[in-house]
Amino acid sequence: MKNFSGRVLFLDRDDINTDEIIPAKYLTESTKEALKPYILEDLNLDGFDPGIDCEDKAVVVTRNNFGCGSSREHAPWVFEMNNINMVIASGFARIFRQNMFNCGMMALTLHADTIDNIFKRYKGTDTIINADLDEMLLTIHNGVDSDEIPFEVGEFDLALVRAGGWVNYADVNY
Amino acid sequence: MGKTIAEKIFDAHIVDQPGGDVVVLALDAVFCHEITTPIAIEDLVARGKDRVFDPSKIKAVIDHVTPAKDSKTALQGKILRDWARRHGIKDFFDIGRNGVCHAIFPEKGFVRPGYTIIMGDSHTCTHGAFGAFAAGVGTTDLEVGILKGVCAFKRPLSMKVSIAGTLQPGVYAKDVILWIIKTLGVNGATDRVIEFSGQAVATMSMEERMTLCNMAVEAGATSGICPPDMVTVDYLWKFIQEDYPSKEAALNAFMAFAPDGDAVYSDTLEIDVTTLVPQVTFGYKPDQVRPVSELEGTPIDQVYIGSCTNGRLEDLRVAAGIIKGRTISPTLRAIVSPATPEIFSAALEEGIIKVFMDAGFCVTNPTCGACLGMSNGILAPGEACASTTNRNFNGRMGKGGMVHLMSPATAAASAIAGRIINSELFSGNGQDRG
Repeated sequence: MKNFSGRVLFLDRDDINTDEIIPAKYLTESTKEALKPYILEDLNLDGFDPGIDCEDKAVVVTRNNFGCGSSREHAPWVFEMNNINMVIASGFARIFRQNMFNCGMMALTLHADTIDNIFKRYKGTDTIINADLDEMLLTIHNGVDSDEIPFEVGEFDLALVRAGGWVNYADVNY
Repeated sequence: MGKTIAEKIFDAHIVDQPGGDVVVLALDAVFCHEITTPIAIEDLVARGKDRVFDPSKIKAVIDHVTPAKDSKTALQGKILRDWARRHGIKDFFDIGRNGVCHAIFPEKGFVRPGYTIIMGDSHTCTHGAFGAFAAGVGTTDLEVGILKGVCAFKRPLSMKVSIAGTLQPGVYAKDVILWIIKTLGVNGATDRVIEFSGQAVATMSMEERMTLCNMAVEAGATSGICPPDMVTVDYLWKFIQEDYPSKEAALNAFMAFAPDGDAVYSDTLEIDVTTLVPQVTFGYKPDQVRPVSELEGTPIDQVYIGSCTNGRLEDLRVAAGIIKGRTISPTLRAIVSPATPEIFSAALEEGIIKVFMDAGFCVTNPTCGACLGMSNGILAPGEACASTTNRNFNGRMGKGGMVHLMSPATAAASAIAGRIINSELFSGNGQDRG
């Protein structure tokens, strides 16, 4: 199972799309590893610098309809190649969310008010999130504040995470 | 309790229920192209599982970058080509026979009412025009589809979009779907299948229905879907006439996938398109839509007519009708890409290609290239394109470029004018809708 704990990258915007996460011009690569330098290259967000801001992060916290647009699994992959295995949002586009779990990664949906509180308390600080899949509990802290936030993941989604993705799961079951 | 189209198709294909509201469906077809399939192929090879569940149910095409533009895209084509050969995938469309996936696969008769179809491409929802459940998926879903012939979905909710009325001249399915996306928002249909119905849909051709369903994903929908009817049967007849004694018999069989009168929908949107005017996008999201009249005069540097949304013969005919005998504005360049060789060939025979060339259009081979900024018409920073495609994201057709989505009629008129403008086919009598 992958790691779902570590420093947080805050992306404070709705509707961040797959072209912003990984532009189509890089879809000519035939390996996931080659995508690594291009993470969030076209993200339209004030003051955001992917080269600096994505370094040493493990979790993304963002707003609604994250990953809308293309079906490209290159979007989860470019996060995976940068050691980011979990995205927490108030909503996801269907294909992106499915792609995350299919890769054994986590796409956690929290209520919009909860996401709003996380942004208010932690955005702009050096924040760490720990995910406990047994207790279904997130622990978030930045040295000053801390919170415990329960979360829900569907039975099948969790089975994909534990299996290391849909190919492993399907190969055993079908 | 009655069922929606999607519920009927799901119930006819369930092979497993692995938990919660998730079902694993048997697939009738897996479509593949050279951008999202090679990594799935390479992973299957690495796992020692280089197999396909049924070569006759797998259809593949090289369409995104074709002919290859560099070594990397040549390699992607080669991986797909070699794979199709070694597994005996007969329906593989290589350079010279290839076209935009969501145009060529229906044209070849591969989509039927009641089918379940996946492809590693978000605009796979196009095929819902035939009363099929067709969904865009990622490479991992595609990989499992290729290997096992199954795919997992949450049982989708169905949203009914009922479209009444008759379109005015100069107003098209593209204007309808842009207006619907504006109404729903970019995530208004997330985890839902949009079921289109109503008088306006019943009178649409299959081409128009494909335009309608093509952009369902831009409202977040898992798929768009139209009820099968005699229009569907007529389109498919040359492929199915051996299977049914008459068109009526075929229709009767397809009615198994018509929605029940007492089907339950999670949401319902009722619209009347009688007063709808031509629409265009203005921002970086496909729900940022206004009447063309409000953006009239917006400068553009390129016009692009093509894609899985609007690169079909009907689209080219409409555009050529506006362009005939005129030349494009010297302030811009214009590109037309017939979506398949069959469309290209028919357009040649009808004299449409000559009309475009005489007007100063660059006519390209069938390809997805420019739509997503991969090849054949990329914008420079600061440039704007009047485009018949489906997505206007920041950087979509080239970093720093702006895309205005519109119908082929509006794009053709804008090419002549040198700026965004309504086509002369539209009389302007309709009310501009909010």
